[in-house]
This record gives sequence, C-alpha cells and structure tokens, in this order.
Amino acid sequence: MLKIIELLGKLIIQFAEGVGQVLILLMLSFKEILRPPFEIRNTFKQMLEIGVRSLPVVLVTAIFTGMVFALQTYTGFKRFGAEAVVGTVVALSMTRELGPVLTGLIVAGRAGAAMAAELGTMRVTEQIDALETLATNPVKYLVVPRLIAGALMLPALALVADLIGIIGGYFITVGLFDTSSVVYWKRTWNYLEMSDIYNGLIKAAFFGASISLVSCYKGFYTRGGAEGVGKATTGAVVISSMTILISDYFLSVWLFQ
Amino acid sequence: MIEIVDLHKSFGSKQVLHGVNLKIEKGESMVVIGGSGSGKSVLLKHIIGILKPDEGKVLIDGTDIASLPENQLNELRRKFGMLFQMAALFDSMSVWENVGFALTRHTDIPKKDIKSVAIEKLKLVGLVGVEDLMPSELSGGMKKRVGLARAIAYEPEILLYDEPTTGLDPILADAINDLLVEMKQKMSITSVAITHDMNSAYKIADKIAMLYQGKIIDTGTPEEIKNTQNPIVKQFITGSSVGPIKIEGVHYERNIDRT
Repeated sequence: MLKIIELLGKLIIQFAEGVGQVLILLMLSFKEILRPPFEIRNTFKQMLEIGVRSLPVVLVTAIFTGMVFALQTYTGFKRFGAEAVVGTVVALSMTRELGPVLTGLIVAGRAGAAMAAELGTMRVTEQIDALETLATNPVKYLVVPRLIAGALMLPALALVADLIGIIGGYFITVGLFDTSSVVYWKRTWNYLEMSDIYNGLIKAAFFGASISLVSCYKGFYTRGGAEGVGKATTGAVVISSMTILISDYFLSVWLFQ
Repeated sequence: MIEIVDLHKSFGSKQVLHGVNLKIEKGESMVVIGGSGSGKSVLLKHIIGILKPDEGKVLIDGTDIASLPENQLNELRRKFGMLFQMAALFDSMSVWENVGFALTRHTDIPKKDIKSVAIEKLKLVGLVGVEDLMPSELSGGMKKRVGLARAIAYEPEILLYDEPTTGLDPILADAINDLLVEMKQKMSITSVAITHDMNSAYKIADKIAMLYQGKIIDTGTPEEIKNTQNPIVKQFITGSSVGPIKIEGVHYERNIDRT
C-alpha cells in the first residue's frame, strides 16, 4: 500500500516538474519571439517542413474521413429518414472536430517526432552547446521558429482538411447514394456558420503550438545517447497526441458552448 | 586571463567539482588532465558559461561570466572558440556554412565573402575542397578539423578544446596536436584543453593541471609534471591501474595466478 502511494507521489511530482519545465520553455520562447533579429529564414524552413510536407498525408486522411463519415451517417440516418442532413453533419463535424484534431494527430506523428528526434540528436551530439559557444541562443534559433510555424501551419492544414473532407462527403452522398448535389451543398452552407470554421481553426492553432512546444521540450532536454533520442521521440508523439485529445475537450467547451 | 575561483558544481546528488582553483595567463596553453568522469568537460563548460557554478566564480579578464545578462554574455562569447569532442558540427548545414556560422549570424558580411573566409580557415586546418560537403560525408579526423576551423573563424582570443585527440588513430592525433601548436604560434591564443591523452598534453601544453575528485591537485610545466612526486599524478601519467586512484565501479581486481 505504502509502495503504491510512493509511486503515485513520484508520478505526480514528475508530472508537475515536466509541466513546469514546459511552461518555462514557453516563457523563454515568448521572450525571444519579440527580440530581434527575427529568425525569418528558419521559420520559413519549419513552415515548409510542418505545413507543406504534411499536406499529402492530411489530404488523404481528410478525404477518406469525409467519405467514411458520409457513408456511415447516410446509412445510419436512413433508418429514421434523416439522410437529407448528411451534408450538414459532415460539414459540422469536419470543421469543428475532425479537421483540427486529425490534422493535429498527423502533424504530431510526423513533424512532432521529427522535431524531437532532430533536437534530441543535436543535444546528445553537443550541437546545442555548440550553438551557445557561437553566441547563439538555442531557444531563439531552434524552438521559436518551430513554435511559430506550428501555430501558423496547423490552421492552414486544418482548413484544407475541412474543405477536402466536405468534398469527400459530397462524392459519397451524391455519387454513391444519388442525393441531389443541390441538397448536399444547400444543407452544408445553410447550417454551417463562420464561427464553426474559425473556432475550429483556433483549436488547430493551439494544437500546432502545443505539438511544437512539447516536441521541442522533449528534444531539447534529451539525455542518454541514441536510446534517449528514441525515448524523446516516442514521448513527444504520445504527449502531444494526448495534449491534443484532452485539450480538445476543454477548448470545445470554451469555444462552442 | 582566465581565473577560476573555488568552483563548485553538482548535478542532483552527485558533486562533480569541489572547489576548483586555476589561473590561465594570457597567451598560455593550459592542459587539464584527469580520468574519465572527473569533471573535465564540466569545468570547460563553466569557462564559456554554458553551465553556471553552484558556488565560486569564473573570471574572464576580470568579468564574472555567470553574472552577465544574455546580450553581454553573447558579446563575451565572441572572444571564444570551442572544439567539441565529437566536433558537434551542425549536420543540417554544409561544411562552409558550419565554419561561417558565427559570421553569418553576427555580421553583415555577404554570403559569398563568408564562403571565401570559410575556405581560407579550412585551408589553415589543412582541408581543401571540402567546403560544399555535408558533415556526414567526412571522416572523424576531418570533422575535428572542420570543428577547429569553425572555432577559429571569428578570430577568437580564447580557444577551448574538449578532448581534441580522443577517437583518432595515433597518427591523426599527432597531426591534430601539431595543428594546435601551430594555431598557438600563429594566433597567440590563450587556450584550455582537456584530455587524458598524455602524449597530446606534453606536446601542446605550456602548463598542465590535474583534476582529481573535483579539485586541481597539481599544476606545473610538462617537465615538472613528468617528474612529480604526487603519487596520484604519477599513477595517471604513467597509466597504471595500480596505485591510489581507484577505478570507479570496480571494487576489487582479480589476482591472476600464473604459477
């Protein structure tokens, strides 16, 4: 019994320590964001990495999600004669939830893992120390560009995912089930509000910043050689995915109620 | 001049430095020797301010490096160049971008001039025609040379070497030693090297200091160190497993009976 309490206490302390360190890294980054010189070239490089390079996977995920969503709601809703609202359901779920969350999870797996691995390798091979000896603040040079790129590119990717998902839904509803194209679009636009879209994008921006922050934190404080880099990478993906799924609930309560 | 005064540092419960005192005069080449895990790297990282002391001070020309705000610290760091054990080249950049990194960041010199400076610095360390390669295409010895070129690119006053010859074959190691001696003669630089390679220490040092159990236990010219009466230093420089230095984690040595 005592052992269990001890273990629980240890876990809680570790968790609090981790959260504290992440927040400190966030504060350090904010301090550096406002101070020139601005890392414009580095930021663009990261935007390319996080945004453009993730696009193909996001497209595939979004179109199939939209399609399967339309398929399931159509066949399900048909049982009580509500198949006319499939367009609305697809549009609302894509913009409010699936667009931002799925994009977040994909980017966490792709770009988050890459960030943690890259920074982790830089840490264990002393490249981060080398930056300091060359009079370059590593938070400014490495973390800030990734943070900005994450917060900017995820909404952009989520917006694409929203659109592609809705189009995927259209293919199935109109192409497969012979609903009229007019009905699908009308149902989509009539009930979709601007706030559904931009609140979803606010969530995406938050997810993007959290992925970058968590992954950079994991990479930045890596210890223990190649094994450490592996652990940091796994940790980055698991923690950013959890952060996305949990914070999604609280953000939705705050934004959509 | 570098002055280290009563430096203490611990990580968690492990105390690494217990009051290090060391003075390095301008233009002097100091080599700190000591076993693996004796805190040599930690000492070096305090000199350039990557680590902050728990107690004590590191004075660079009279300025306490740990007390400086970041912009002044970075200003001071431009006087430094550091060669890392595994070279620590940025592997996302080409060789010349590595060498010219400090110039790219801290000056407005146009790119193509930086490249020619980089090529010139690479020549100084004996490398020609590698400027457009990536670090992953280089051998260990070449990486060290590029690391050295990067360290001297900004014309530093103080050079720090973290085990400059570790991991190289004896001939390459000697070539690096020659290079370090040459650097000293050409640029009259103050340097601090840490190593456990005694050949290297004798060759590049004006003075040798030994770090043992978190303290400097002996300092002297290479001649003085060779003739030391200190049993710990004696054991270390002759490389014997028998003597007052206990090997960490090993509690007894097995006696092999050969009769």
